[in-house]
Amino acid sequence: MELIFIPIVAAFIAAWTGKWSRWISLLGSIISGVFLLYFFMHFNPDAGVQWQWNKPWFSSAIHFHSGIDGISMVLLILTNVLCPLILLSAFHKKEDNALLFALIVGMQGALNGVFVARDGLMFYIFWELALIPVYFIAGLWGEGNRFKTTLRFFIYTFIGSLAMLASLIYLFSKTPDSSSFSYETLVAVQLNPNEAFWVGAGLLLAFAVKIPVMPFHGWQPATYTEAPAVGSMLLSGIMLKMGLYGLLRWFMPLVPESLPTFMPFIVGAGIIGILYAALIAIRQNDMKRIVAYSSLSHVGLIAAGIAVAGETGVQGGILQMFSHGVNAVGLFLAIDIIERRNQTRFLHALGGMAAQSRAFAVFFLVIVLGATAVPFTNGFPGELLLLKTVFSYHRVWGVMAGITIILCAVYMLRMYQFSMLGESKGTVFNPLAWHEWVALSGIVLLIVFFGLFPQLIMDISAPAVKQLLILIQNTKGVMS
Amino acid sequence: MGMLFIILLSPLIGFLFSGIIGKYLPEKITGWISSLSILVSFVLSLQVFQGLSDTNGGPAFEAIGFTFLSVGDIFVDFAIQADRLTSLMMLVITGIGFLIHLYSISYMHGDKGFYKFFAYLNLFVFNMLVLVMGSNFLMLFFGWEGVGLCSYLLIGFWYRNAEYGKAARKAFIMNRIGDLGLLVGLFLVISSCKSLNYSDVFAAAKSGGLSTEMVTAICISFFIGAMGKSAQIPLYTWLPDAMAGPTPVSALIHAATMVTAGVYLVVRCNVLFEMAPAAQQLILWIGLSTSILAALIGLKQNDIKKVLAYSTVSQLGLMFIALGVGAYSAAMFHLITHAFFKALLFLGSGSVIHGMGGEQDIRKMGGLKSYMPVTYYTFLIGTLAISGMPLFSGFFSKDEILATVFTQQPIVWFLAVVSALITGVYMFRVFLVTFMGSFRGTETQKQHLHESPALITVPLIILAILSLVGGLLNLPELFTHDHAQWLKHWLSPVLGNAQDDLHHPSHSTEWMLMGLAVSVFIAAFLYTRNKYISHASVPEEDAEMTGAAKWSAHKFFVDELYDKVFVRSSESLGSTMNKADSGIFAGLMGWVSSGISYMSGLFSKVQNGRIQYYLLYMVIGVILMLVINIFI
Repeated sequence: MELIFIPIVAAFIAAWTGKWSRWISLLGSIISGVFLLYFFMHFNPDAGVQWQWNKPWFSSAIHFHSGIDGISMVLLILTNVLCPLILLSAFHKKEDNALLFALIVGMQGALNGVFVARDGLMFYIFWELALIPVYFIAGLWGEGNRFKTTLRFFIYTFIGSLAMLASLIYLFSKTPDSSSFSYETLVAVQLNPNEAFWVGAGLLLAFAVKIPVMPFHGWQPATYTEAPAVGSMLLSGIMLKMGLYGLLRWFMPLVPESLPTFMPFIVGAGIIGILYAALIAIRQNDMKRIVAYSSLSHVGLIAAGIAVAGETGVQGGILQMFSHGVNAVGLFLAIDIIERRNQTRFLHALGGMAAQSRAFAVFFLVIVLGATAVPFTNGFPGELLLLKTVFSYHRVWGVMAGITIILCAVYMLRMYQFSMLGESKGTVFNPLAWHEWVALSGIVLLIVFFGLFPQLIMDISAPAVKQLLILIQNTKGVMS
Repeated sequence: MGMLFIILLSPLIGFLFSGIIGKYLPEKITGWISSLSILVSFVLSLQVFQGLSDTNGGPAFEAIGFTFLSVGDIFVDFAIQADRLTSLMMLVITGIGFLIHLYSISYMHGDKGFYKFFAYLNLFVFNMLVLVMGSNFLMLFFGWEGVGLCSYLLIGFWYRNAEYGKAARKAFIMNRIGDLGLLVGLFLVISSCKSLNYSDVFAAAKSGGLSTEMVTAICISFFIGAMGKSAQIPLYTWLPDAMAGPTPVSALIHAATMVTAGVYLVVRCNVLFEMAPAAQQLILWIGLSTSILAALIGLKQNDIKKVLAYSTVSQLGLMFIALGVGAYSAAMFHLITHAFFKALLFLGSGSVIHGMGGEQDIRKMGGLKSYMPVTYYTFLIGTLAISGMPLFSGFFSKDEILATVFTQQPIVWFLAVVSALITGVYMFRVFLVTFMGSFRGTETQKQHLHESPALITVPLIILAILSLVGGLLNLPELFTHDHAQWLKHWLSPVLGNAQDDLHHPSHSTEWMLMGLAVSVFIAAFLYTRNKYISHASVPEEDAEMTGAAKWSAHKFFVDELYDKVFVRSSESLGSTMNKADSGIFAGLMGWVSSGISYMSGLFSKVQNGRIQYYLLYMVIGVILMLVINIFI
């Protein structure tokens, strides 16, 4: 509850307060974080869904039902840690951008809503709400063909969302007396294979677009590239986790009957996407595009690992969602810092900045290494678990997915080399501002800390994941 | 055991110290503190070593930190151990590491990145210790990738030079190809043994819990990892390029320690490799081909560090030959002596390069004997040791390998002797052309020529002594009955019965083989002396070379081949897909933009203001309705 409304209220206040907007937004964002910290301190991973808040909404069938289990907790931590950092990263923008800060903090509220929703329609509403701020951020502050790009992004995700809504309503109609959208009732619905296929396809389409999985990624590179830095951070850092979260929380337990049909396709598309995106990333010159494609490559692996529906894969996926969020925000932040100083983010125009700012060179290097999944960084343990999962699923797929560790090193180190090392091509680098220091140090600390102690995250989500998997297995058992 | 953690963490503290506040301190303080952090590890490693001599095997010391991952069937602790094999590696790493730190204080003097250099070097030692001290395969993988990272950072240390940056990335990426092999091996181990701990895995293998196919697959995967790290065919081309790094780095990482990680891995997994004869055959022949190919390339290189780099590749090949026939202690013996004399040779070449003001081309040197006597004598000892001068360390360790190979595969033995002959030739070539004859550099260089300061020469002298007497570690039975084969006995708890089935040739055969080795050594010396001293011929210019010499000088065009086959093809594939990806956009774009013009037509009829803001206010209204709805 508090996690949803504090940021949204802050957003409304911030939108009208001009130059105070950034401080009010940050305050709202942090208060939400403090509440989460309180929940976290009193959180018992083994106790199932906690802090439930259940109240009828529009009708008796639709409830405002929120609650936190281990999986939600991890994603809430991600959201509420990253949003303040994203706000800080935009602190150089001042008076005219009151709305921007308001939208970011509003987004935080909507995302929290997505991750706590225990009611199908409430999930759908927040899913759509989360789309709106980022749509305006990209549309109003973007660059290039921002209108076309944003519209394309909107159309893609909107079609996906409609399919999801249709699936949810169909499931709703199958509940006893068509009485409830609540998670437990929807999960309990039994479908025949034909129904399961179509309902599953609808849900999957929404999630596959949002993640995005390979053939549905058409909106992604351009949107990531042309959105302003904060937009790219929100999109890649947190929003695409909505898709993965949806896959795990909604698609798999709601229609496990269709999972055997779809599993090979999700794994296959994920892994082809890994290689496809990595090979394209190697050839990019625009740093944001490199990160966009690298993101596509990484989420392909996460989707594949989760879809296998085993403990290792799901836990690895959750861990990697967290790490990828941190790393993607770090990368976009670093690129934004470079671009603001040089008015370009194209590799052929950059170089030699390491000599101008040692501190930034170190920060950026650690972020790059995290994205490359070097041991002792947060990227490594998740990738290890996911690759192991895919390898156990099928050895050939596993080795193909494993090629990512080579290709990722190629494009990441290439990006670092051409931007930071070598001789300067007239690049300038003013010292880092205080808010940049805070944001970068925050990211780097997260990278190193969870590189050493990934088990801390695993412990939060382990019982919830086990329960979820039992849910999936059971329903499958009933069917077969 | 807390001591193990201190050994591990001391270099890490050194890293943090140099990295964070080293910048603000005088060079001397940063350099000495980070050297001392290695010395602490060395002294404690000696204690561990001492402690292990009382016990009769078993992993004597173990320490568990925390649970790194516990998910499904994966359970991995951050745990370290020290058995007899590890303790040897620890001594080599920290001992030689300390000497090279000292050397670097003088060698890197005045460099802008002085503190950074020491930070990276300390980080390297830390990761290398993780690699050898880990008590499960994941810890090994941690260190394995960690040293690769440090190698990347140090090769590209002078980051302004784009070529160096390229060499650094090449090293990292080629290593990652090997790492994929190692990773696949780890997955196979997890799925077949349900554990990554050495003790569990080896126990499972010994009890026959693993099929031969599985063990073979695991061993081959591991060996692919070793190919990358230890620069074996086909993944060797990064090592010569890695010479772009500062010379102490070449000595520590690319000669004495990191590149021997592959050898360590195979020795560590000797239980598995003994069960996989097919994998052993693969190792044997890859090692042999690498040894010969690299030696041939070494013949015609004129960059003093490049010659040593190819020599390292070749000597590592020799170690893998030993591993291929199951002579694990012989491989470890050569690993240790090689660490002594190759570190010595690299540091010596560094001293030469230092004296020559950065020149690395041996054609522009000559006659350095009189200018740099300490460097000269120590380099001489290194050369004699690697070429197999009787009673020097390299003689014994090479002889041990060759004698074992002789009893098993005479053809391999013969080819390995040829490789040893070539080694003698290229080493004497470098030595004679550099130090003998008359000076061929410029007049300014001649004025500048000087012996290096004590911080450089003292490590040289210590390493020279070790290269001289290193053979004592594992004297053959021919020489002494009481103390023979110390190293083999020391390692017997780790190697178990893997050594028992090795036949040593009879004494008379062994004398004969030794005689042959001596004559090979003499032949190499006489041939080279005749060519470069008596005829005073300087290596020819690249353009003048023909036939085989040209192929050798151009490294058999392997780099060009790889570039064409792998780099270009994946790049063009990437470009094609990039176009296709944008093409899909372009197609959609038409559809989308017609949609836009239709919609904007609609909107413009309604209002001419900023549509998006109106939309936003509309949305806000909807949200408000939703919110209010909750509370009523």
